Amino acid sequence: MNRTELKEQIERRWPGNARCHFAATGLTCEVSCDRAALPELCGRLFLAWEFSFAGLMVEEGASEWELRYCFYGDGEAGWVHVLVNAPLDQTIFPSIVKFVHAADWHEREAEDLFGLTFEGHPRLGDFVLHDDTWQENVEPMRRHFDPKSAMHHRKSDADWRPRRIVEEPGAFVMPIGPKYSGVTESALFLLETVGEDVIRSVPRLFYKWRAIEKLAEGKTVDQVFLLAERFAATTAFAHGLAFCQAVESICGANVPTRAQVLRVFLAELERLRQHAGAIQEICESTALVVANSQAGILEEDLLRISGELTSHRYLFGLLALGGLLCDLSNDACRKALEQSQQALKHLNELEQRLRLSSSFLDRLEEVGFVALRDANVFGLLGPVARASGLIRDLRRAQPYLGYENFDFDVPSEQEGDGYARLRVLLAEARQSVRIMEQAVAALHSGYIHEPVKLREGAALGWVEAPRGGAFHWVRLTDDGRIARYRIVPPSFANWHGFHLSVEKFAFQDFPIILSTFDLSVAENDR
Amino acid sequence: MSQWVINGIRRGIKTTAYPRGTEGAAGVTPGLPDGGQMDAATGAALLERCPTEALSQTDGNVTVDYRRCVHCYRCVRDVERPLDWQQTYEWGAVRDNQIEFGPAFKRSIHVIVVDAGDCGACLNEVKQLNNPYYNMHRLGFFITPTPRHADVMLVVGPVTDYMRFVLHKVYDAMPTPKRVVAVGACAVSGGVFAGSFVCAKRLAEVLPVDVEVPGHPPPPLAILHGLLVAVGRKTPASVLSPPPAAIQADAVKS
Repeated sequence: MNRTELKEQIERRWPGNARCHFAATGLTCEVSCDRAALPELCGRLFLAWEFSFAGLMVEEGASEWELRYCFYGDGEAGWVHVLVNAPLDQTIFPSIVKFVHAADWHEREAEDLFGLTFEGHPRLGDFVLHDDTWQENVEPMRRHFDPKSAMHHRKSDADWRPRRIVEEPGAFVMPIGPKYSGVTESALFLLETVGEDVIRSVPRLFYKWRAIEKLAEGKTVDQVFLLAERFAATTAFAHGLAFCQAVESICGANVPTRAQVLRVFLAELERLRQHAGAIQEICESTALVVANSQAGILEEDLLRISGELTSHRYLFGLLALGGLLCDLSNDACRKALEQSQQALKHLNELEQRLRLSSSFLDRLEEVGFVALRDANVFGLLGPVARASGLIRDLRRAQPYLGYENFDFDVPSEQEGDGYARLRVLLAEARQSVRIMEQAVAALHSGYIHEPVKLREGAALGWVEAPRGGAFHWVRLTDDGRIARYRIVPPSFANWHGFHLSVEKFAFQDFPIILSTFDLSVAENDR
Repeated sequence: MSQWVINGIRRGIKTTAYPRGTEGAAGVTPGLPDGGQMDAATGAALLERCPTEALSQTDGNVTVDYRRCVHCYRCVRDVERPLDWQQTYEWGAVRDNQIEFGPAFKRSIHVIVVDAGDCGACLNEVKQLNNPYYNMHRLGFFITPTPRHADVMLVVGPVTDYMRFVLHKVYDAMPTPKRVVAVGACAVSGGVFAGSFVCAKRLAEVLPVDVEVPGHPPPPLAILHGLLVAVGRKTPASVLSPPPAAIQADAVKS
């Protein structure tokens, strides 16, 4: 579906309730919509016209609310932002969850942080602000909220118990976390069971909530860039890039070609390293000692390659608005590429051996199953979605950084089990090296930085991060400060669907399934 | 199965020479900036670029506070007169006067790792300590999931409000004597999250901290150094560059 067809369809179906407006540049179509038409319009975009849901961006303006539901399709279909406006004293909106289940957690988050109510949502509350810690009616993202008074709103309810959902005789809740196992991120899992199998799994997240969106308000672009880069540092470059692209898009900046190619090179290096790390976690969870060591060597090798090339093992301090902060020599890039190819060779050897280890395969195959339909409904992203046959990669669907000039495949599988996810990770690692080869060949001399003049406006930046699509919404004031910064990381979507894969499997499968999902709590909790 | 064993042996020994020797491989550490003498105007320009106030200036000297450095590279990249950059990794510093842990703890230490809001990088670097390159088991360090077995608590992240309760619970459950090691700029000084209303300014606000390992994230070797400092097997580093003693010595000479 292209833009003109979309406009016709929308205006024919909802005459008078929805108005389409195309942005001057880019592929964004803004649809101003009545509250009454909102759920159905979003539902049609998501279910019938096969748009993916990117996120709900809530903004408290001077006199009214603006709720922005972002959707994207493949190529020409572009971006559709559905906008609903309402005066500030009106805090009740219709929920779109009935049609767009992917928006479930977005509405819960907005309810907690802005105090909005979504009519028709089955379960609001106890999400970011845990019921046992925070009083009711605390709305930290509202402008009138005083952070200094935050401690007055606290309570500590020692009697709080999680709501039990399974009402079978003998059912009990097994809590895991927030501190569990060896070196793990903090999150609480409430596993409900009557014995051996997990019947329901409810992850309770946001123990690591640092309120970054609140922290960013009123700060300079430079300061917020540091937050964007550092809130989930295992994929620091991707998130920093998404933020830079949003600001560059507001300011109409042109990034020089050399900087673009280097950005592609570094983004793919990060993907390769992150996937090697995910593969190491899978080997570790299946207690395959030699494979774990081999994958550990690979991950450390790739960290050292990144460190040698850029001085920082997680690629900090490279990005700058309008390009890069420092140039990398062609020879250094070529060397990093050769080292990465060597690492890939070892990764391929590891794959060959894993394929022949039955004890390993038994624990991954037909375990942690996610059906394509579920992946679609929950709006899963990245390698997890592609392992279930849901193929949408932002580098292809809505190219940025000139990805359209690179020749690469988007690997996918149909099975949707743990082994399919592992295969997708391995195949993507190979594609990353392929892109890096092309990037090095395309490196021509030139500038790496173009000064950017900040101006008022708002824009969305998107990047296919190693874990899936990352969306950063930025609004700047006229003096170049951040008025609203909204991060929708891929792990937010994938945590939402994670419980699908654990239910009906045994307890001992839980850590293995968790590792195949390659989830980041830091990304989700932001 | 035998294939795995043969393959494992064929890859050879990868383990670092540290702490007996030094590690010289490229990319093992992000390094840290080095303070030093500098004229006032150049120093002021650098101070302005630093987003976390890690730099300070006193009569011709620029001092770097490693606890605040977040590796943004703004004092070395895209500036006229950059600071020197050091590829060191022995960053573990003692916070207060340390009481002796006792000889029984020197060669066998169980470590519990608590994530208090970490971005993932520090935790990933702690995880690397178990890979063959660093293999901390050879030095007698073991990760334990339970506080009851733990001698040392390693905390990463800027200490979010929700995690305070967990930190206290873990700390109280640990048998004495015990040590707390704060790993990473966020745990040491709050890093870029220091201004958040749900984060503590530093771990020391919540628990008594014995050893601080700056860095954002500190590389595995720096964390290893921090652990070795905690058990008294390595001498602690200074969190300031140049260290206060060096400035005094310079002043005496001139």
